[in-house]
Amino acid sequence: MAETPTASQTVGPFFSIGLDSFLRKEVFANGSGDRVTVRGRVLDGHDQPVPDAVLEIWAPGTGTDECTAEGYPVGFGRVATNDLGEFDFVVPRPPGSEHDGRKHAPHLAVLVFMRGLLRHLVTRLYFPDEPANALDPVLQLVPEERRRTLIATAAPEKTAEFSWDIHLQGEQETVFYEV
Amino acid sequence: MKLPIFPKLPAGTQPDYLHPPYKSSLKRAPTRPLIAIPQTFSERTGPVFGHAAVQASDCDLTAQHAEPPAGERIVVNGHVLDEDGRPVRGALVELWQANAAGRYRHKGDQHNAPLDPNFDGYGRTITDSEGRYRFLTIKPGAYPWGNHHNAWRPAHIHFSLFGAGLLSRLVTQMYFPGDPLLPHDPIYNCVADENAKRRLISAFDWGNTTPEFALGYRFDIVLRGRAATPMEK
Repeated sequence: MAETPTASQTVGPFFSIGLDSFLRKEVFANGSGDRVTVRGRVLDGHDQPVPDAVLEIWAPGTGTDECTAEGYPVGFGRVATNDLGEFDFVVPRPPGSEHDGRKHAPHLAVLVFMRGLLRHLVTRLYFPDEPANALDPVLQLVPEERRRTLIATAAPEKTAEFSWDIHLQGEQETVFYEV
Repeated sequence: MKLPIFPKLPAGTQPDYLHPPYKSSLKRAPTRPLIAIPQTFSERTGPVFGHAAVQASDCDLTAQHAEPPAGERIVVNGHVLDEDGRPVRGALVELWQANAAGRYRHKGDQHNAPLDPNFDGYGRTITDSEGRYRFLTIKPGAYPWGNHHNAWRPAHIHFSLFGAGLLSRLVTQMYFPGDPLLPHDPIYNCVADENAKRRLISAFDWGNTTPEFALGYRFDIVLRGRAATPMEK
């Protein structure tokens, strides 16, 4: 029997009460592969920092169907912004993948929740030093002038650190996906 | 590997991002159309939450302190189903709420109502082999908020769910039957489809009402996703 999915409602301003147990800067991982740090800010339509956003990060292909020894999901992270709208997290660098006969560039899937969003937003973070970005079939669906909103910036003089801001509105509005 | 598929959502059954009666959406909703993308490995896979991450006691919000919290004890329970009506087993269900006086244990909540030293207001569980969850808690109070003059949120419980695959992710709110504040709440009323909206209201549940102890409320939840199919190469 076909059922219609339950409607979404905003996470509201007090989500940390309920979501705290999986809030941590280190994306859950097994082993000790390459890790990268991502730092950024979430900004609203007035370019003001959003101090009450929560991001969920999914690093596809780093541990599908796996839990850590403690029972935490490998490849999943959840971080909240601070009073300045800033977030940072550490994540295993995801591999690229190949399916439907096409190569997909390494990326992180990112879900964005906050007061004011009645449904969460879906976006992606790509890495600037990946030649595969040029052929990624999902990135190619984005108008060229907006692709930069999905590609992190390498931090100067740091090999494993990237910055990436999320703009909810405005000139630099981040690309959000309908999936 | 077998991965779920996610049919397109029926029109009007999910809120739009911009909903002007809800003021906070004005500067936070995206202004450009979303870009439609195919469902890839990234969206059809997702985190797996092991039972070890959740304690059995996490589903009893009335037993987190030495004394029981103030308020009306209630059982909140239901099934988590997929779009085929099949149980979603092993789904992570996280829940948070205000206390009986309508106050959250959060530094940002300035409502002049008492905190309850015996109530934290959070719980979590993993659905069982039939997709069921069950919490024991107290009925949350209504509370005022700054959206417009004399704005009050109806009593509600926040729910966060993770089923199979990233696209099953759902954050929602459960309401109570007969609440006179519902017609006035811009968050509840953000859903255009009347049926979809009404399904956010729990049902009074005689079957789970415990004699001499607690009233029962039933809230069934449907997550995006249909039966797993082999991933095409």
